Amino acid sequence: MTNPAAMTAPRSRRTHPHVPSGGVVAELRGVRKDYGTVQALRGIDLQVRSGEVLALLGPNGAGKTTTVGLLLGLLRPTAGYVALFGGDPQRTDAKVRIGAMLQISGVPATLKVREHLELFASYYPAPLPVARALELADLTEVAHRPYGKISGGQKQRVHFALALIGNPDLLFLDEPTTGLDVGARRAFWQQVRDFIGSGRTVVLTTHYLEEADALADRIVVVDHGAVIAEGTPAEIKARTAGRRVHAVTGLELDVVRALDGVVSVERNGAALEILASRAEPVVRELLQRDPALRDLEVGGAGLEDAFLALTKGSQA
Amino acid sequence: MTTATANPTTAPKRNLAHLYLLETKYEFLKLWRLRAYSLSTLAFPVMFYLIFGSTFGGFSTQGIRVAAYLMVSYAAVGVINAAVFAFGAGVAGERGQGWMMLKRVSPMPASAYFTAKTLMAVMFSVLVLVALTITAFLLQGVRLPVVTWLELLGTLAAGVVPFAALGLAFGYALGPNSAPTVLNLVNLPMTFVSGLYIPITQLPPVVQHIAPYLPAYHFGQLALAAIGARPVGTVAHHLLVLAIFTAVFLFAAVLAYRRDEGRTYG
Repeated sequence: MTNPAAMTAPRSRRTHPHVPSGGVVAELRGVRKDYGTVQALRGIDLQVRSGEVLALLGPNGAGKTTTVGLLLGLLRPTAGYVALFGGDPQRTDAKVRIGAMLQISGVPATLKVREHLELFASYYPAPLPVARALELADLTEVAHRPYGKISGGQKQRVHFALALIGNPDLLFLDEPTTGLDVGARRAFWQQVRDFIGSGRTVVLTTHYLEEADALADRIVVVDHGAVIAEGTPAEIKARTAGRRVHAVTGLELDVVRALDGVVSVERNGAALEILASRAEPVVRELLQRDPALRDLEVGGAGLEDAFLALTKGSQA
Repeated sequence: MTTATANPTTAPKRNLAHLYLLETKYEFLKLWRLRAYSLSTLAFPVMFYLIFGSTFGGFSTQGIRVAAYLMVSYAAVGVINAAVFAFGAGVAGERGQGWMMLKRVSPMPASAYFTAKTLMAVMFSVLVLVALTITAFLLQGVRLPVVTWLELLGTLAAGVVPFAALGLAFGYALGPNSAPTVLNLVNLPMTFVSGLYIPITQLPPVVQHIAPYLPAYHFGQLALAAIGARPVGTVAHHLLVLAIFTAVFLFAAVLAYRRDEGRTYG
């Protein structure tokens, strides 16, 4: 799917009258997780509600995968409470209701795509038909090829198909599009939407704001092992829609910092690097105050800037 | 969709027999298609028999013809390779890939994974014995009564257990890349010193003194006893030693698993 319009198409599930505003299906309460002296999570509270698509957004090393590992029962918390469907994540009756696409390097190369799915289907009481899973992940054409002989993108889709073969109520997608090109990423989002259309719950981790925006109902931003912001994609985007302004100017740092709309200022040689919530009023002020200003550039803020803006927001 | 606990009376149940069957079937196919595995397990013992069986087949040792001795000992080598590599290289590789993690997150019973690997190694044991039986018959006219042959098969199949345990300990301790090499470095000297490549009586005395400290020696002697070779030591003694080795390897496997837990999620 390469039609850009599809990206901004209204997400029917958000306004769907039958989307259950359900109870909590997965939960972390006051969870800390240390690896030796490294604090991966420093007291996280998180509730996943039935029927929602929740994105955990954050830079690499923020603690997203650790959070998923705890919810899946792969890790035990150093402190705090973790529950999946109201109990221990390692229970079989919890496991049969989830599916997970994890960051793995592969599955055995000599088994065929169809065989992998048939095997995993046998683990679940009410799995999807293998043909349906192949179709949902766009793998029908390579169903009879060994896993070792398909492309990287197809392998990623096999991991996706393995996550949904059990027909899960709750689907975990841990960095599902890492390494995919833009076209493949958008196609994957459409596959996810097709699968979750019927009101399933999804926990997605990603470091792409665009991905969280494309799929999620609610975004929780994590950084350095803590939740720093939470909201709808529109709310998060509004808070991260910063612009980067670059200019060579004689104006003092403090003067610029005090301008309306400026989030942060840094000196970079002769130039100032300004992060602003909106560029226009800042640029207007700068030009008025410093007629000698030159080398003006305005660009979109990267994700790092967005996180900086959010971090400042959460401290304010 | 509801988040309430599913009603146990109406909830569909998975078919556990089907689950175990598929797990075993695909474990077998996975390795059968992997030439590095199936060749080293099946073809190498036959190849060695072709070389050493035709050279020394006419001699006798421990009261039986060397032709029969080597048929049994190379079958034992095949069983040891099948078990050690299925568990050692298999577990290390599947941990490294993340397939193990995916399986741990899935509702697959852990016992299905280990049962499948064990049965797979047993199936390879049957295949290697059949291949060697045919080769030994054609080449050296070795013939065993059916009951004796079945007793041998049972002994060989049971031998999967201690070497699966050995493989498991290495599988949790080693990385995916180093595992095959390290296992070869363990297996080859162990099987050679245990008298499985060349009859133990033909090996230098110092080697004959080392052999009793190796599980492969006791396994080989049990298999030879099954076809009526004059045993060195009693069957009970060999069984006891193998049981101790199995316990030690399993304990080591548990330790290695604990050490690894939370790192590769294996």
